Amino acid sequence: MSTDPTTGTTTYVLRGARPLGGDAVDVVLAGGVVAEITAAGTARVDGATVVEAADHVLLPGLVDLHTHLREPGREDAETVASGTRAAAVGGFTAVHAMANTSPVADTAGVVEQVHRLGEQAGWADVHPVGAVTVGLDGVRLAELGAMADSAARVRVFSDDGRCVHDPVLMRRALEYVKAFDGVVAQHAQEPRLTEGAQMNEGVVSSQVGLAGWPAVAEEAIIARDVLLAEHVGSRLHVCHLSTAGSVEIVRWAKSRGIDVTAEVTPHHLVLTDELARTYDPTYKVNPPLRTAADVEAVRQGLADGTIDIVATDHAPHTREDKDCEWGAAAFGMTGLETALSVVQQTMVDTGLLSWADVARVLSANPARIGRVEATQGRPIAVGEPANLTLVDPAATRTIDGADQATASANTPFRGHELPGRVVATFLRGRATVLDGAPVEAGVVGAR
Amino acid sequence: MKHLLSTADLSKQEAVGLLDTAAQMAATQSREIKKLPTLRGRTVVNLFFEDSTRTRISFETAAKRLSADVINFSAKGSSVSKGESLKDTALTLHAMGADAVVVRHWASGAPYQLAHAGWLDAAVLNAGDGTHMHPTQALLDAYTIRRHLAVRGSGLPGGAADGVGADLAGLRVAIVGDVLHSRVARANVALLRTLGAEVTLVAPPTLVPVGVETWPCRTSYDLDATLDDWRPDAVMMLRVQRERMSGGAGAFFPSPLEYSRYYGLDARRLARLADHAIVMHPGPMNRGLEISAEAADSDKAVIVEQVANGIAVRMAALYLLMAGDSSAEGNDL
Repeated sequence: MSTDPTTGTTTYVLRGARPLGGDAVDVVLAGGVVAEITAAGTARVDGATVVEAADHVLLPGLVDLHTHLREPGREDAETVASGTRAAAVGGFTAVHAMANTSPVADTAGVVEQVHRLGEQAGWADVHPVGAVTVGLDGVRLAELGAMADSAARVRVFSDDGRCVHDPVLMRRALEYVKAFDGVVAQHAQEPRLTEGAQMNEGVVSSQVGLAGWPAVAEEAIIARDVLLAEHVGSRLHVCHLSTAGSVEIVRWAKSRGIDVTAEVTPHHLVLTDELARTYDPTYKVNPPLRTAADVEAVRQGLADGTIDIVATDHAPHTREDKDCEWGAAAFGMTGLETALSVVQQTMVDTGLLSWADVARVLSANPARIGRVEATQGRPIAVGEPANLTLVDPAATRTIDGADQATASANTPFRGHELPGRVVATFLRGRATVLDGAPVEAGVVGAR
Repeated sequence: MKHLLSTADLSKQEAVGLLDTAAQMAATQSREIKKLPTLRGRTVVNLFFEDSTRTRISFETAAKRLSADVINFSAKGSSVSKGESLKDTALTLHAMGADAVVVRHWASGAPYQLAHAGWLDAAVLNAGDGTHMHPTQALLDAYTIRRHLAVRGSGLPGGAADGVGADLAGLRVAIVGDVLHSRVARANVALLRTLGAEVTLVAPPTLVPVGVETWPCRTSYDLDATLDDWRPDAVMMLRVQRERMSGGAGAFFPSPLEYSRYYGLDARRLARLADHAIVMHPGPMNRGLEISAEAADSDKAVIVEQVANGIAVRMAALYLLMAGDSSAEGNDL
């Protein structure tokens, strides 16, 4: 067991790992970087901690562009520490923390607080997302420049949970963030078309009597926004796209050369509105679960590159906010610890994506969109920061909300058997997860 | 038969059995002593998260005529307004030993949750949930239709009194009005279809749900054409809530006057109904809006009788859930 005196990190040898699902090699991590990549079984292991990684896939550390960490304000549901611990367990080395906290992350002070809490926790890089408008109220711009210039160096701005629905305000935001290479991440939900809405509007809503949330409420905003982005020459990111029509609009926009990126959540890759028949608020989420045809369309969109990334929209909620009537329950579901498994199940095991593609949609692309590509979402190569995730794709596990690292139990995959297991996660060479279990900072050297 | 949550869960045999039991209950109600000892010592809780004096009184009367102890629990403060949660209410009722819970709730699915969340092991009767279901209303409607019209359908075995044993095969029922927000319409479409009747929904397009094309019924925007060309045996008028015509840009139709003009059952339309046709309304009525006084008070109207039949149907439902054949236990009705 050796400890590098400059970084205090252990030297690890990942023996027989398959980078991006390719040929097996030994990967040596030392000094916070990938120190050596050699033929399998040839790395010198004296003094190093060996991680047996035969048949395990090595990915760049996952980057989530869309996480709700709830702190400050709702520490009863999640904290920066508990949420990033869950992120590490899920294979993430960086998360973007959404702005809908209390107080809202609409000032340099709040984003710096969240950023600092992330550093203190040490489980993953925390990049705060700044609110587009003061208090998420959609009335006037928050001080975007101050947040960009702050220690948190905010580059992603979103009123997520609410839509920047005023077209003039959206135009201004798209233009303004160009000054510091920012991006507006839009939660596309036309508010008037979704007043009181509870679930996808369609066959199931007509039968179960829950107020419908039409696909057009999402698609109309995306259509408007891509045209605005084209007009002012800005980049736009579309959060949690969920309908077949949204995929078509983004595909069209990209074909016109519009600078738009889009994300899909793991749950929209697999779950449908049929689950509302149970009236179990675990399945209440914004945007709502859609139809099987929409699920197929977002999978195809992710496979053909129309959709750039998978982002979790991890939305922890307390028991009391979910243990109630559907109509009274909060929107949202957790996702950090199941995202990679769902992507494997829906995209890799179906042949739609390779592991290299997974690295693209869960690491490189979100890092690039969030402008953290200098440290995250890097190639697996000597000299690169050792932000890595080791996955056993042959493992299966049955999901139970109670034994997850997140502080909330509202996983929609309870009882599901999912493929793949994160065996280890490394953040700048430090193991945040080993043998599938989180490793407290400072404990590793004593092992 | 463990719960009565949705008419979509009922088989034809179960539905006919319920109506036949209701007929037996109705027969007892013409006696001088109306009270039966059937549910003596059993406790029925009327759990109302939404005001509905009519429905509550109907269930209360039904339970008392069966000698059950009745507790009325008004829980208007819901978890939305930070009152007691549905779960805690259910646990409380469980601790008090309720045998059956009659629940009215503003939230679609709340009775389903009460029945399935494991908070409570009492029988759950859905007395109307949100815009989802109102099974006893549909059963009393079917009972009323059968009493008046089963002889006209093909489902009548040998002209038994009150249509006992019959289904509603061959009968045509028009349901007119705010289908979108109506639990009565959803409950009726499912049950009438199960019983073999044909249903046409008639409403302005704004009050028809997206997805209705998958329902087992026809849809029309034209009441006059439906009355003249389709010749319904029963016309069921739905209540139009005042709030549906306010809200400016969000209003579902331009004015009450225009609604009445196209979808109201006025004297002119009443006169075009077949001689044997009946006029129904779940109440409370907006006279002059969806139904005119002439129609409401005509001899085709069976609206008051619906109320009386409601008691018999609810007696039947309580009886079958609480004292019914134990071999059917665990079988959601």
